[in-house]
Amino acid sequence: MATEALFSIPQAGEVEAVTITFDGSAFTVPAAISVAAALLVSGVREFRSSVVGGGPRAPYCMMGVCFECLVEIDGVPARQSCLVPVKDGMAVRRQIGAAHLEDGRSGEEP
Amino acid sequence: MSNAEADLIIIGSGPAGMAAACEGRALNLSVVLLDEQVNIGGQIYRNIESAPQDRVKILGPDYVAGSSLASDFRNCGARYLGGAVVWNVGLDGAVDYVANGRSHQVVGKHVLLASGAMERPFPIRGWTLPGVMGAGAAQILLKDAGALPTAPVALAGCGPLLYLLAWQFLRAGAKIEALVDTTAKNGYLHAARHAVGALRGARDLVKGVKLLATLRQHSVPVYSHASELSLEGTTRVEAISFTHRGRPVRIPASLLLLHQGVVPNTQLTFSTGAEHRWDAEQLCWLPVTDPWGRLGETPLYVAGDSRSIVGAQASAVEGRLAALAIGENLGVTANIARRAELQSQLKRYTHLRPFLNALYRPTAENRIPQDSETVVCRCEEVTAGQIRSYVELGCLGPNQTKAFGRCGMGPCQGRFCGLTVTEIISQARGASPADVGYYHIRPPIKPVLLGDFVP
Amino acid sequence: MSNEQLTVVGGGLVGAAIAYGAARVGMRVRLLDQGDVAYRASRGNFGLVWVSSKGSNMPRYARWSRDAAKMWPELHQELLDVAGVDSGLRQTGGFWLGFSDAEVQARANLLEKIDREVGGVPYQMMEPSELKQYLPGIGSAVVGGSFGPLDGHANPLMLLHALHAGLRHKGADVITGVDVAQIRHDADSGQFEAVAADGQSWKSERLVLAAGLGNARLAPKVGLSAPVAAIRGQVLITERLKPFLDYPTNKVRQTREGSVQIGSTSEDVGLDDGTTTEKIEWLARRAVATFPALAQARLVRAWGALRPLTPDGFPIYQASESCPGAYVATCHSGVSLAAAHSFVIGPWMGGLSQPPPDFDVFKAARLSDPNANFSYGH
Repeated sequence: MATEALFSIPQAGEVEAVTITFDGSAFTVPAAISVAAALLVSGVREFRSSVVGGGPRAPYCMMGVCFECLVEIDGVPARQSCLVPVKDGMAVRRQIGAAHLEDGRSGEEP
Repeated sequence: MSNAEADLIIIGSGPAGMAAACEGRALNLSVVLLDEQVNIGGQIYRNIESAPQDRVKILGPDYVAGSSLASDFRNCGARYLGGAVVWNVGLDGAVDYVANGRSHQVVGKHVLLASGAMERPFPIRGWTLPGVMGAGAAQILLKDAGALPTAPVALAGCGPLLYLLAWQFLRAGAKIEALVDTTAKNGYLHAARHAVGALRGARDLVKGVKLLATLRQHSVPVYSHASELSLEGTTRVEAISFTHRGRPVRIPASLLLLHQGVVPNTQLTFSTGAEHRWDAEQLCWLPVTDPWGRLGETPLYVAGDSRSIVGAQASAVEGRLAALAIGENLGVTANIARRAELQSQLKRYTHLRPFLNALYRPTAENRIPQDSETVVCRCEEVTAGQIRSYVELGCLGPNQTKAFGRCGMGPCQGRFCGLTVTEIISQARGASPADVGYYHIRPPIKPVLLGDFVP
Repeated sequence: MSNEQLTVVGGGLVGAAIAYGAARVGMRVRLLDQGDVAYRASRGNFGLVWVSSKGSNMPRYARWSRDAAKMWPELHQELLDVAGVDSGLRQTGGFWLGFSDAEVQARANLLEKIDREVGGVPYQMMEPSELKQYLPGIGSAVVGGSFGPLDGHANPLMLLHALHAGLRHKGADVITGVDVAQIRHDADSGQFEAVAADGQSWKSERLVLAAGLGNARLAPKVGLSAPVAAIRGQVLITERLKPFLDYPTNKVRQTREGSVQIGSTSEDVGLDDGTTTEKIEWLARRAVATFPALAQARLVRAWGALRPLTPDGFPIYQASESCPGAYVATCHSGVSLAAAHSFVIGPWMGGLSQPPPDFDVFKAARLSDPNANFSYGH
């Protein structure tokens, strides 16, 4: 999962840190950065697979217009991770294809 | 207008929005400013309030200039709603937005749209591969998180932002594999027509020259007038290939930063039904406004880069001019001297624009992919070849492409493919982009969770 | 085999289906289409292939709808074979869902009446426990529903694309960017001339007006009447979702690509194809009440489709008496009736077959009957 990261934060040690997980693996990242930034500096190279062809995708614009950075955050699918600040304990998962609705087939109030 | 809660609602906390708020407050207007981000500053002044000193030094003097504007904004008495995602602006001044998991509406006597610019798409082979990002994205990572690329990174494209980024990387000690410059050879020739304007903007020009000098000093290979760009890789980008001085070149890189200018983010203006015109110099759509930014006879105004690319300083002045006009609409006595002062500032800040537009004009091959396999609509994976086949089947414009495939129907709502689709159809039909038109943009201009409508 | 030339004005679902129907039986057909700027009711079609509850006030229409639904699989397969385009038909039944006992009872009465009057329009009323077997995600607000085995859905835009491709395959002329401003009829030669706003014109022996809202203006030029007005239906569509809804309901359906379509309102607002915050909220709330999991789905598009509606909601299919060879066709259900338009209306209006039996009821004269009681009974 964690491979050679494309970005790093030289001063990471000097700021408050939080712990998040990506597909179950834990990473320590600076507080108050976006989830997308946190994943990139933690070595995540693919955030999701395209809903059409299934090919791997990762962030392009980092400002909320390209919609490539979609991941599942704390159970909610297809969130723009470049617009969400990290929180301690956040559980992030790769977005595989289209969003899956929790309890879509059970009718229970989510 | 009787149910208006504020005199002026502003959308966007970049230079145009913040300056408009300050100017409006100075006229005693009640002002509410909304931004999708939690922090103020828009893109250019991202994280301006929290960036540590050493990062500010890396980013350079243009970034620092945002600091006093940000603190003026905080102190001016405007109400700031951060984390507010605007999804609709009505012609009656009603602004619908989502915050804290609920949709709300706030109504203003006037609304100023100041949503700024976005990267122009760069549709070349392989641009959807992980590891390919916009140069602006790398700048955002630097501003927000102090993040720098780990080797190896290549920059490709043209325009001041690309060179600025390279300079910032070097100041921060990051290594750059190559800068692949796609500025056309005849770019200088076209730009020379605007030399008079360039002389007036000499300071900016000198700055540009300094940037390139720094690159060469650091032995960064610069490939000028590169063409036939293509990105290689299977699951992630591995290299950039191009032609330079007639020879093929291949540079391995796992981070590829593309940039060929920014364009106005016109989602909001288009969604209001406002008239837009195709600008053949800037190669994009611009809302049609009166001299102060008013859209038709509506209470809506637009200022800054989303009105036309003018840069941070000019954006701030446009915001102030719009606020002055709005103040006058609401009965404030016209301040002729102030307006004249602002207009002369605007002239100064925009003199270089025609020169820059001509010099850094993105080339046709980088805007209109000839390779049929190149993806144009990233969300729905519609290729250039598919769009051309729609034209052969009688598709006249971008809206009809939706009947043939799902072009433009994905979550980005046409932001990243719109310009390309218009230009491909225009070229295939032999018609002007103005005749071909643009996607019909409708609210919600940002996706909204259905649950946010449930009380 | 006919030597006559047919011009169809209007390249939307109705015009394209009729034109295709004439072309496939060998006629020389030319389709004139307005293009990208048209109001294009076809774009606003919800995509249902629906029989249930149609024609409660007009048994002939109920029969027409039922017959059309039965012909759909053949049209789908033919377009797939001929034009290589999948119209997206999935016809395994559809549901209507009710939120009150009174509503459910009224529904049962309605469906029983139609089946009794027309015959061959099966239906089944269901309690929530049975509904859940087909629609596991329905919410507790749903108190009952009806199932129509003949119902289904298709992709309206792909159907339109398929019909256009089919037309080209059959050698028809499809001319886009045409704004028909005038129709001329030469009583001596019997020829029609359709004239565009830019002066181009096309002559033919036969003419079908299928221009949706444009029919109101054009029909009188050939001695016909088509009093259609625009009724706006606001529709919401979500991002693509993993499949969770196996059957369409008349208000919510999941398309093949995964997006969920939610509709619709019925507003008389003139030619305003915009949306309103109030109705978007209303539609969203109803969708979430029906399928609570949709609270997590994102709305990515909303639009106000302007649908041409006659005062009683039923179609007009009529041959002109003063200008023989001219016809008008307008209806609200361009997808549901597509196969009938192709296989029955096309040959009739192309002069190659007799009008369908008992079709006088679809003439416009019924709309000027002072005793008529109008409601959107379909």
